[in-house]
Amino acid sequence: MANAITFSNREPHRAFRLSMLLNDSRYRSYTIQIFVLMCLMLGIAWLVDNTVRNLALLGKDFSFSFLWSTAGYDINQRLINYDTQMTHGRAALVGLLNTVVLAVLSCALATIIGVAAGVLRLSGNPIVARLMTVYVEVFRNIPLLLWILVFGAIMSEAVPAPNAFKGENATASMIFGAVAITNRGVFVPEPLFTRDLGTLNLGIIQPSLSVVAIVVVVILCWLVHRGLVRHAERVQSQTGVRPVTWWKTITVLSGPPLLLLWALGFHLGYPELRGFNFQGGLQLRNALIAMWLGLGIYTGAFIAENVRAGILAISKGQSEAAHALGLRRGKTMRLVILPQALRVIVPPLISQYLNITKNTSLGLAVGYMDLRSTLGGITINQTGRELEGMLLLMLIYLSLSLTISGSMNAYNARVGLKER
Amino acid sequence: MKKSLFLLTLSAVALLSGTAMAGTLDEVKARGKLNCGVSSGTSGFSAPDAKGIWQGFDVAFCRAVAAAVLGDPMKVEFVPTTGQTRFTALASGEIDVLSRATTWTFSRDTDLKLTFAGTNFYDGQAFMVKKELGVSSAKDLNGATVCIQSGTTTELNLAEYFRINKMSYEPVPVDSSAEGERQYQAGACDVYTSDGSNLASVRASFKNPPDHVILPEIISKEPLGPIVRQGDEQWADIAHWTQNALFAAEELGVTKANVDQLADASDDPEINRLLGKEGDLGKMLGLDADWARRAIAAGGNYGEIFAANLGDDTPIRLERGLNALWTKGGLMYSQPFR
Repeated sequence: MANAITFSNREPHRAFRLSMLLNDSRYRSYTIQIFVLMCLMLGIAWLVDNTVRNLALLGKDFSFSFLWSTAGYDINQRLINYDTQMTHGRAALVGLLNTVVLAVLSCALATIIGVAAGVLRLSGNPIVARLMTVYVEVFRNIPLLLWILVFGAIMSEAVPAPNAFKGENATASMIFGAVAITNRGVFVPEPLFTRDLGTLNLGIIQPSLSVVAIVVVVILCWLVHRGLVRHAERVQSQTGVRPVTWWKTITVLSGPPLLLLWALGFHLGYPELRGFNFQGGLQLRNALIAMWLGLGIYTGAFIAENVRAGILAISKGQSEAAHALGLRRGKTMRLVILPQALRVIVPPLISQYLNITKNTSLGLAVGYMDLRSTLGGITINQTGRELEGMLLLMLIYLSLSLTISGSMNAYNARVGLKER
Repeated sequence: MKKSLFLLTLSAVALLSGTAMAGTLDEVKARGKLNCGVSSGTSGFSAPDAKGIWQGFDVAFCRAVAAAVLGDPMKVEFVPTTGQTRFTALASGEIDVLSRATTWTFSRDTDLKLTFAGTNFYDGQAFMVKKELGVSSAKDLNGATVCIQSGTTTELNLAEYFRINKMSYEPVPVDSSAEGERQYQAGACDVYTSDGSNLASVRASFKNPPDHVILPEIISKEPLGPIVRQGDEQWADIAHWTQNALFAAEELGVTKANVDQLADASDDPEINRLLGKEGDLGKMLGLDADWARRAIAAGGNYGEIFAANLGDDTPIRLERGLNALWTKGGLMYSQPFR
């Protein structure tokens, strides 16, 4: 080793000749890299130049000022205050929140369905296992858009109209007098507070103070519960006897939230038929339900395969060893198989979550007012700012996806096996 | 080093792409056919018939332009566009002319850099509801669910109308007229709103048209017309004057049937100028002398086109109303051919 170093140090420095760029392996890779870089820059420059020229030819400028002009159109599903007199930027924000809500709901549904189907596909019961195989193969082999349209058509064609709930001999009735499934959407009771705390003014968004208070209290209770569990574990490791905690847990987790709900005067507002439609309650529109079911069930099929792969990746010896130690089936799964399987499951799961988030942009097909429909659809159409709108759209989807994959990677690092 | 390389590349590319853009007329002639953007299927305005040949009021305009420019009304490639894609298709050069019941508005004319070739249909937004709802006025629509084509002026009119009248509504955005019809028929919305002519066309296609009523309120002005890209004056003139030729032909009594006869033997100087026997109007437009004669021969004059596609003999049964000639109480008026 020492010889080699001294040899290379002694090598005489030869004068650089141009032909060495191709013949000398020390420089050849640089030559190739610079050449490829030049081609790439040429391509980018051509694109930019082409765009600038065409914009100039059409007499258009490049400006985002349209975001501050009045939108003028209505959005049916809005999580924050919005009316037609607000700006295009605000409309885009409403659309973004709709995108996020749909993505979160769909990820949750897809995970639940996927994990259940993935585990059941490995079930010893042949009927259940076969059924799950059919589900996976049918859903993942038909394009997502078709599923969304199918669910959209079911919601608008196959369920009763609101006026079927009307009159003496109504042909439809509400489930438990609380939930109405109509072709205008599903109406469910909404939470109401008689002593509402009002809203918190944060400038662009005004969250309800009551909801914020409930969330804060629930988080605090959960932290206290974690402390209790940790204390119990410490006592157990010192004395060998685990103190009884179940009644403390129940009190801590349910007591303060219930007390707060009572103080706020919590009650449910039921939907009722008035005029053309149901009023009151929470309306889950057809578009949301079609998108939710379409995305959730379709992506669930892919997640099921990820889960199955993850479980099958753990060698049989692991569960046999766990059984030999006297662990029951449930504990074997929870303590031995899943922690190792998650290592295999989580990375492809991140891709599925990203897919769901990006696929929410299919919402326009059923009239779901997501970011693509508001900013990328109506706003672009009304203002004619295709380039700016599309760039903004890409930027937002990119940052949304990076946020998701960042946080999921952090989760993966936490659940991954710590090899020592 | 890297920076200068980048600049060098940029300037090289700029030189390469510096070819001049030819005028639309030359492009169309070189291509041998006219690319015309139409709606993706509205009976009476633009829809393929049983043989796959596009028919309708908007289609007839494209055929007239193709006849004037290329000499054959069938040399048209129809490109179906949606409310959302139409302007991009025009701006990108995918189509030469957009004939798709598009409303002439200030911002479209100025900010979107479009040039309207004129108004060939005066329309207004209306509401259609099922008769069984028992609604007789748009003022009774408080709380209704309304199906609306996304990306249209009707969307903005609707929002304004309900706001001014202090009513609430639930919009159900749809992507195309066909999807709107489906949702409306399925009962997913109480009301379908669009231009009055479009509603008449939609209603005519229903199984039982009398079950649906179009409410009397007209809530907007919708002057519809063909559009070309801004910046090509010659092409804009061709579109504008082809339209005018159809108006003038109706006014002067030139029809599909008698156009050839009048072209050979007419004493009326205005007819002669229009049909190319006197003066050289065609040359001024960059076309030959017979351009208007061919345009009229393609589908007849404006009145004939209206009657054949939207009039009493069609399922749509629209009245001329504002779309009658100015001499008959309407707004259709051609600038003089001289």
